[in-house]
Amino acid sequence: MATAKGKGAVVATPKRAARKIRILVGKPGLDGHDRGAKIIARALRDAGVEVIYTGLHQTPEMIVSAAAQEDVDGIGLSILSGAHNYLFPRIIQLLREKKMDDVVLFGGGIIPDDDIPKLVKKGVDRVFTPGTTIQEIVDYVNERIRPRQ
Amino acid sequence: MNAAGREILAGNTRAAARLMRDLDDEIPAAIRTLKALYRHTGRAYILGVTGAPGAGKSTLVNRITTHLRKRGLSIGIVAIDPTSPFSGGAILGDRIRMQQHALDEGVFIKSLATRGHLGGLSRSTIDIVNVMDAMGKDVILIETVGVGQDEVEIVKVAHTNLVLVVPGLGDDIQAIKAGILEIADIFVINKSDRDGADKARREIETMVSMSNFKEGEWKPPVLSAVAATDKGTVELLEAVDRHHEYIYQEGNLFRYRREKARVELVEILKTRLIEKAVSDLDANGLLEPLLADMAKKRKDPYTISEKVVDHSFAFHLLNGRKPGSTKGKGRRR
Repeated sequence: MATAKGKGAVVATPKRAARKIRILVGKPGLDGHDRGAKIIARALRDAGVEVIYTGLHQTPEMIVSAAAQEDVDGIGLSILSGAHNYLFPRIIQLLREKKMDDVVLFGGGIIPDDDIPKLVKKGVDRVFTPGTTIQEIVDYVNERIRPRQ
Repeated sequence: MNAAGREILAGNTRAAARLMRDLDDEIPAAIRTLKALYRHTGRAYILGVTGAPGAGKSTLVNRITTHLRKRGLSIGIVAIDPTSPFSGGAILGDRIRMQQHALDEGVFIKSLATRGHLGGLSRSTIDIVNVMDAMGKDVILIETVGVGQDEVEIVKVAHTNLVLVVPGLGDDIQAIKAGILEIADIFVINKSDRDGADKARREIETMVSMSNFKEGEWKPPVLSAVAATDKGTVELLEAVDRHHEYIYQEGNLFRYRREKARVELVEILKTRLIEKAVSDLDANGLLEPLLADMAKKRKDPYTISEKVVDHSFAFHLLNGRKPGSTKGKGRRR
């Protein structure tokens, strides 16, 4: 994952820094299994992303409030509790209310295949299921999420 | 004042969040807004919290926030975590311990990555504190990156500096070294329920007592706390209040503001001058030949830098005087 080339980060020549992608990674709901979320956070860090990690047991309101204060480009959620059909749409609703439609919402976890098209229709950009490699998620973030203008 | 500036003064958190991001990303337009906001700053009380990684900074900031909210004060928090030197990415995890305030509209939390800046803060920290100040936050807490011994930038930015020490971090020689232990206005022995807390406390107290304090000068108290259980937080805030009174005494506040102004100016100049020098050299086709000469050891960087510096400044433009009339201040011919 981490390539120790030391490229880009420790800025030797003072040039205007480009925008960095900022993504909030959090775990809404009641399940306490945060290993997956932590691995994603770490992988995105290694891909050069600034990850705001908010931890466990987040309500949709907490996630959207943090996303607003941190001005993130994307929100990645790990949901293993089965409550995805409530949590994702509620977060989308809150993002719309706050005029934060430009924030890309994606997620993963134990989510039945039948539910995925419904979630996507409601505005979830992408849902990853068990078996997804870390590289797939990193590639998705790099291709899909751009720092805002 | 532009629209973004007016919205921020009116307390619009989203506009403030976007400006903070733009400042962190060094977007030139953001500086224009900050210029207009600058004269609305200077009202907030700035509290710095520093200490080694794992000392309990986030946990303590969370506790302090809870108590200050009970007093009806609005709070801004700037929490800094390190950027990976390899990927340029970062995991900003200070919010984890502050999530009880996530829905409180009186608390604004901004997580920042160091992005290669040394000194315990990010390059953008002062700018972002200024935005929170202009927003009308009563108290701004700055949580530094987990520091070692020499990351002391916070001392010039905060009115009151808390230095967290935890038991079991080395022998008593650590306590007489220079660096972060010199910058404390208040020492907090956190995790004081652990073995070695009394020893740590005695060492810090001894170190403080070895310094000479003038009549009326602030002498840093050494307090014990267990931030995880809120033990000692009330006493800590009483000490902060006493230091607040001390700082607002005649003369002290102006001295603090002048020192902060100096840091602000020097930091901004540093960035701008280096940027301008390097890009001007490059634009005139001089940079690459100079680097090549250096690589071949035909030229040395000291002479080049002296020449660049001597030909760069035009201070007479600042005060209307003729060049060469500035005395001392590093201008030698």
